[in-house]
Amino acid sequence: MARISVQREDFQIADEIAALRGDRTDMGAIVTFTGTVRDITGELKAMTLEHYPGMTEAELGRVADEAEKRWPLVGCRVIHRYGRLEPGDNIVLVITMSAHRHAAFEAADFLMDFLKSRAPFWKMEETDNGGQWVDAKESDSDALKRWD
Amino acid sequence: MTMQLVYFSWIRERVGKSEESMQLPGDVKTVDDLIDHLCSINEVYQAALGNKSVVRVAVNQTHVNLDHPVTDADEVAFFPPVTGG
Repeated sequence: MARISVQREDFQIADEIAALRGDRTDMGAIVTFTGTVRDITGELKAMTLEHYPGMTEAELGRVADEAEKRWPLVGCRVIHRYGRLEPGDNIVLVITMSAHRHAAFEAADFLMDFLKSRAPFWKMEETDNGGQWVDAKESDSDALKRWD
Repeated sequence: MTMQLVYFSWIRERVGKSEESMQLPGDVKTVDDLIDHLCSINEVYQAALGNKSVVRVAVNQTHVNLDHPVTDADEVAFFPPVTGG
């Protein structure tokens, strides 16, 4: 099955775990991370994600390759949504499977850090005042340094 | 030479189109040269690409720096720093 999906549709975490596990019993740890649309102030109506078709899949694949090189994963899955999403909606899912939990936790953390600063997505927030592009955070690029 | 240019996010909005093909002079050798050339065309490109510190570039769908070479067979994308996840 595909490791990487870039899609408009929502995902079901349990279904994705089941598909990734298949009949395998050689993993002892499954970590999932789900990113969702956050609305702290109560003003957000929607968030629209634009992406670069082709490069997005390639870049996510490169990040997944790197995670599989660094940690002994038996499974790895990344789903990233695009289009118009509303507060509380799922944006991104990362699943990592390994024999031991540390590898699975670290690989999932690594995947999210690299995905945030490499995958070509751009978020526009929509409020009653109109649309506003979200600026990249300095802290996201700083987060990569701990993986050097 | 003719190059395929692609724009995203607020850079796309400022340029006013998501992609275009463009004939380029032979002295455009790098991404940096390309941005300088585009900015010299008119103030639309200047407003979109003039502040190089906030412009990110991909050549053939791979992130590159400003000193990366470009050729007429390339697809070159311009966008602000990415905000996925």
